[in-house]
Amino acid sequence: MAGKPKLYYFDGRGRMESVRWLLAAAGVEFEEVLFETAEDFENLIKGGKLMYDQVPMVEMDGMYMVQTRAILRYIATKYNLYGKDLKERAIIDMYVEGMRDMNDMIMLFPLSLPEEKQKNLNYILERATQRFFPVYEKALQDHGKNYLVGNQLSWADVQLIEVILMVEELKSGILSAFPKLQEFKARVIKLPRIQKFLQPGSPRKPPVDDASFEVSRKIYKIDKNLVLKHMS
Amino acid sequence: MAAKPILYYFDGRGRMESVRWLLAAAGVEFEEVLLETAEEFDSLIKDGKLMYQQLPMVEIDGMKMVQTRAILRYIAGKYNLYGKDLKEQVLIDMYTEGMKELSDLFMLVPFAALEDWEKSVKFITEKATQRFLPVYEKALKDQGKNYLVGNQLSWADVFLLEVILMVEECKSDALSAFPKLQEFKAAISKLPRIHKFLQPGSPRRPPMDEAGLEAAKKLFNLEKGLLFKYSTIVLVEL
Repeated sequence: MAGKPKLYYFDGRGRMESVRWLLAAAGVEFEEVLFETAEDFENLIKGGKLMYDQVPMVEMDGMYMVQTRAILRYIATKYNLYGKDLKERAIIDMYVEGMRDMNDMIMLFPLSLPEEKQKNLNYILERATQRFFPVYEKALQDHGKNYLVGNQLSWADVQLIEVILMVEELKSGILSAFPKLQEFKARVIKLPRIQKFLQPGSPRKPPVDDASFEVSRKIYKIDKNLVLKHMS
Repeated sequence: MAAKPILYYFDGRGRMESVRWLLAAAGVEFEEVLLETAEEFDSLIKDGKLMYQQLPMVEIDGMKMVQTRAILRYIAGKYNLYGKDLKEQVLIDMYTEGMKELSDLFMLVPFAALEDWEKSVKFITEKATQRFLPVYEKALKDQGKNYLVGNQLSWADVFLLEVILMVEECKSDALSAFPKLQEFKAAISKLPRIHKFLQPGSPRRPPMDEAGLEAAKKLFNLEKGLLFKYSTIVLVEL
C-alpha cells in the first residue's frame, strides 16, 4: 500500500508551495521533511536521492521526483487535474507557464537590492495587471464558466488562486479591475479542499519574512553576490 | 487536412530551436515567420496573437501556442514522444527540465557582459559536465540502450542530442569522460529524421554570432527585464 508522498524542502514557500497547493486540491495528504541547516541539505545530497543535487524533491509512488514542473505534471495527471484531452492540456500548460513566470518573480523579489525593492515591486505589479491577469480575466469572460479550462477544476485553477493570493499580499485590491477574477477567487476559495488548505494549521506556508529568508540563504548558500537587479 | 505548423520567432536559435528539433524528430514539416524588426513584433502583439506578448509562438492545429514548454509538451504528446505511461512521462519530464536549465544557460552566454564571456563559458560548461551530463550518462548506463526512457525514442533523447551539440560547441571534448553519451550521440545522429535535420539547408540554426545578437537585442528590446548577477557573471532573464 502506497505511503503518503513526502516533500523535501526547507520550511518556506519557495518552489515547493505550488506542490503543496496541488496535492491539497487533489485531496492527497502528505508529509514534509523540512531541513533547517546547510548540513541537512548536504546530507540529503550525499544520500544520492537528488537527481541534480537540487530541491524540491518529492518521494512518491516509489520515485524520488525532482524538478517542480515534472512533479506538478505528475500530480495533475494522476489526479485528473489536467483537462480531458491533449488540447485542454495545451491550454492548461500555456496558462500555468505564465503563472509560473509570475511565481518566480514573486519568489525572487526578496533578493532585491534594498534600493531597488520599490522598482521591482512596481515591475511585478505591472506585469500582473498588464500582462497576466488580463489573460485569465478574458478567458473566464469569454467562456463564462467557473473554471479556466473545460468544465472541471484543473491545475490551472489551483495555480491561479495561489498566484492571486500572493500578489494580493504584495498589494491588496490588485484585483479591482478584474471582476471575473474576483468572482473566480470567491468561488474557488470556498471549495472544501481549498478552504481546508487556507485554514491555520494547514501545510500552507506564510509569506517570506526577513528571518526565514536568512535561513534559506544559509541553507542554499546563496552567495551575497547573487542579487536581483532590475533594469528599466 | 491539417496545415503545416508555423513558427514565429527571430532568425536564430533562442527558445525556438528546441521546437525545431522536436518537430524534425517527429517528421513534421513546418514553416517559419522570421521577424526582423521591433515593428513586426509590435504588430503581432497588436493583432492579439501573443497570449503574453512574448515569443516563441507556434500556430498549430488551430491554436496560437505560446510558452516553449507548453509547445514542446504538445508536440511530444501528439507525436508519441512522451513515453508509454505516466511513470515514463515523469522521467522524461525530470530529464528534459534539467536539459532546459542547461540549454537556457547556453542560450544566455552571448548576452553575458563581454569581459565575462570566458568566465561565463567556463561556468556553464562546468555545470554541464559536473551536474547534468553525469545524470544522463548514468541513465543510459542503467538502461543499457540508446534511449533515455523506455524502449523508444522520446523527447528526452531529442533534447539530449541538442544539448550535447551545444556543449560541444563551447568545449569540443566535453564528452571525453562520458562513453555512453558518445555512443548515444553517434546512434541518435544516424536516425533518418535527425540526420536530415543535421544537414546543411535544414531549419536548424547556427550558433548566435555578433550580428544575430544585435538583431535579437533590437527585436526584443532587451533593456527590460530582470538581471541575475552571480559574482561577475551577468545573466539575463528574458
